[in-house]
Order: sequence, then C-alpha cells, then structure tokens
Amino acid sequence: MPAPAVGEAAFELKGRMTTLSVLQLKSQDARHILAQLDDRLGEQSGLFTGMPLVIAMAEGLEPSEELLGEVVSGLRERGVCPVALADMSPTLANPLGLGVMRNPSAPRPPREAIAAPSTGNGSPTPGGPAKLVSQPIRSGQQIYARGGDLVVVAPVSAGAELMADGHIHVYSSLRGRALAGVQGDRNARIFCAELQAELIAIAGNYRLSEHMSTDLYGGPVTAWLEGETLQLAAI
Amino acid sequence: MARIVVVTSGKGGVGKTTTSAAFAAGLAQAGHRTAVIDFDVGLRNLDLIMGCERRVVYDFVNVINGEANLNQALVRDKRIKGLEILPASQTRDKEALSVEGVEAVLSELSRTHDYIVCDSPAGIERGAHLAMYFADDALVLTNPEVSSVRDSDRVLGLLASKTRRAENGDDPVREHLVVTRYAPSRVGKGEMLSVDDVMDILSVDLLGVIPESTAVLNASNAGVPVILEDKTDAGQAYADLVARYLGEEREHRFLDENKGLFGRLFKG
Repeated sequence: MPAPAVGEAAFELKGRMTTLSVLQLKSQDARHILAQLDDRLGEQSGLFTGMPLVIAMAEGLEPSEELLGEVVSGLRERGVCPVALADMSPTLANPLGLGVMRNPSAPRPPREAIAAPSTGNGSPTPGGPAKLVSQPIRSGQQIYARGGDLVVVAPVSAGAELMADGHIHVYSSLRGRALAGVQGDRNARIFCAELQAELIAIAGNYRLSEHMSTDLYGGPVTAWLEGETLQLAAI
Repeated sequence: MARIVVVTSGKGGVGKTTTSAAFAAGLAQAGHRTAVIDFDVGLRNLDLIMGCERRVVYDFVNVINGEANLNQALVRDKRIKGLEILPASQTRDKEALSVEGVEAVLSELSRTHDYIVCDSPAGIERGAHLAMYFADDALVLTNPEVSSVRDSDRVLGLLASKTRRAENGDDPVREHLVVTRYAPSRVGKGEMLSVDDVMDILSVDLLGVIPESTAVLNASNAGVPVILEDKTDAGQAYADLVARYLGEEREHRFLDENKGLFGRLFKG
C-alpha cells in the first residue's frame, strides 16, 4: 500500500446537524422511571437499541449523582446509549462518561412572540442574537442561524437553503428553501418580500411551492404554524 | 502585478472557451500584455479556437511538473502582439493540477503580463475550482435558460466562498455577468429568459450580451477569436464587452430583434 502523501489530512472535523432524542426526567425516582421505560420499550422493542440519547431534567427538578447514575446504568442495560447530559454540570457528567450539552431543551427566557393566531405547544422560542446576511445566497449555499433569527437583505436563489432556530426574514426574493424553528420552535415564522420559494417549513411542517397559492406567489408573505398546518398569508 | 480573470459558468457548452479567446484577444488588442490559460486539462480546446494547435509543444501540466519552463510552453499569437496562450494537456486529467503548481505559474506570469485569463472547465470540481481560486475578477457566463442560470448561480456562490480572496477575507472577486447565445426573437416568443430575467435571478452587474450568431461557429472552425471578425454581431458584442471591462461606457446592443445589425444600419 503506498504511504499517504505527507501533509495530506488524515481526518476532517465537520460540523453536522443532527436530531437527538432527549429523555426528560420528571421524577427523582430512578426505579419509577426505568419501570415506565420498560413499559414503553416493551411496546416498541428494538426501536431504542443503540439509540443515542440526551438526558435532561424537567423544569424545577434538581439532578442528583445517585439518580443519574442509576438511570444511566439502567439505560445502558436496556441497550440505549446515553451520550450527554443537558444543561448540567460536568462534575455530574464526567464520572458517567457523558458529555454536556448546552441548553437543547431547557426553557429560555420568553421572548415577545409575534402574536401568531396559534396555540402552539412546542418548545419556547430561542432568544439568541439574530444573524444578518447581506450578500446574495446562491444555489447550493446553506445558512443556519443557530439559536436565533435569520435576517437576509439580499436575494435567496433557487437551490439555496436557509435555516434558523427562530424566525426567518427575507427582505428580497426568496427562491430557495426556508426552514424556521428547526429545533422545534412552533412559534417561529417566515417573512419574505417576494415569495417564490421551493419549500418553506416551520418546526418540520413543510409546504412545497406547488402547494402554495398562486395568489401569494411573488408577493410579500408570512408563514406560521397553526396546529400541524402551515398557514400562508399576504402581508 | 497582473489581474487574474476567470471565465466560468458551471455548465458546459455555454461559451467559456469562445469568450476566453475573444476576451484575451480584445485585451491584447487594447495594448495589454495578456496570457490565456486553458484549465480544461484532458479536453484541450482553447488552442483550436485560437488557431494555434499546430504550434503546441509543451503544456500547462508540463510547466507545473517542471518538465518545461513557462517560456517554452507559452504559444505566442501570430495575429495580435502581446497575446500568449498556455495550452492544457490533452493526455492528463485535472488531478495533474495542484494548488501550488497553479499558483507558481500564475505568479510567474504575473510578473510579465497585465492580464491573465483563466479558461475554466465545466463543472465545479478540481479543474474549475483551481481556475477560479486565484481570480481577481470573474466573467460568469450564462445562457438564457433556467438550468444554465441555476449553474451560474452556484458558481457565483463558490466565487464568494471558495476563492483565495474569500478565504483570506480580502475584497471579494469582482463578478461580471455575460449572457451568451442570446436570441431576442426567441425571447419574444417566450422560449428563452430575457436579460432582465437573468439579471433579476442572479443579481450581478451585466458586462455584455453576446447574440446567438453563426459568426461564432465560423470563427471557431477557422481558429480565429471571434472578436477579430469585427464585421459580425458577435465580434462587435465582444469588442463592447472588452471596452466595458476596461472602464468605457457603452450601451448594450443586440438586445432586441429590431435593433439587430441591419436595423441599426438602416436606422443610421
């Protein structure tokens, strides 16, 4: 086998978006939790084997070393693969061989939601700083505003993809795809000055251009989620 | 220091080599020392369009590999003073190009030339990437149809992110739009996108519109850069384009049917 060329990279570090299941603990009693989990696993056996899982505490509950230790070992016995603790101290996570994830599901300070005619029951709106893009976003480019809104003041070409944890604003033509609330924020909205999008989605509920009303096409439009249905209206 | 200009489009058959030849010839005609490099290693065409295929001894890859020096490989144009062609290798593939090799050739040419025109291969892979990587300016070509426009859009995205200027955080590559094979009669019938449509989609300044013309094919077959055929519509459109690139203000021509060459002649 020829030796690899000197200077050739032996690895590449890549940032990837992925969805992780979060196990939110609503009890301090590990046995109680594991018993209920067994009921669930019984219904869908095999589905959870090897599944990476993040452990989070329900609001108001304090994590303890003892509880986490029992839950983690119980999960591992059942073939589930806990990978991290959500928003807990590394001193709890390290002895268990787990990482710490920052705030994937912890409640964030509520932000003034734009009054959507919706009774969304999803996770709270993320409140990070907005990301502003003023260069045209070209076919094949992907822009992600992690933890906040995305504001674009240049055209978004067909084949480009916008993603934001919060709202998406496009003050120009939107011809590509726009996915708001990608971490599950059902209150996220999409605003654009000229709707020609291939696809728009909020919290995973999407609509393709062929299912958008032709009256709205080309005009200023906002989109929001009502129940499981994406609503579109002219601004 | 030379200014490095890439002629690129994403899609094949749009007119990159025709435009590279005409553009380089036009710059040389205006008195600028110009080299034009064929980056399409393995599919060597530029020498044919320039009519110098019989005088190719060494090529771009030979220079990169140190098998020949630049002076041996550069083919001097017999018609225009100050115009030189660096042909591609026909027997190799794009993997023969390295970033360091290309950079070395460009910096050596840079010392003796005013402009270096890089004729990019189609696609967005290695050859096309290296052709655009060191560019200061880009002529982004597109035909007035949706798939070509989409590919050019992709290339514009790469120019803004995958070039040396982008990576170093320097001023961005200056982008110029060139619409080629434009047939106003077919635009009128709705069979083609109009220049306005293309500009609206791509949001780039328009440098030139080259009409669909038999002159292009004839010039290619004869091995003459079409800009030298100064009686033809395409030749004049390229002359306008070069003048605009060099800072002159010229009105766009050949945009509608009744303003074609004959229309203009008879209307005076």
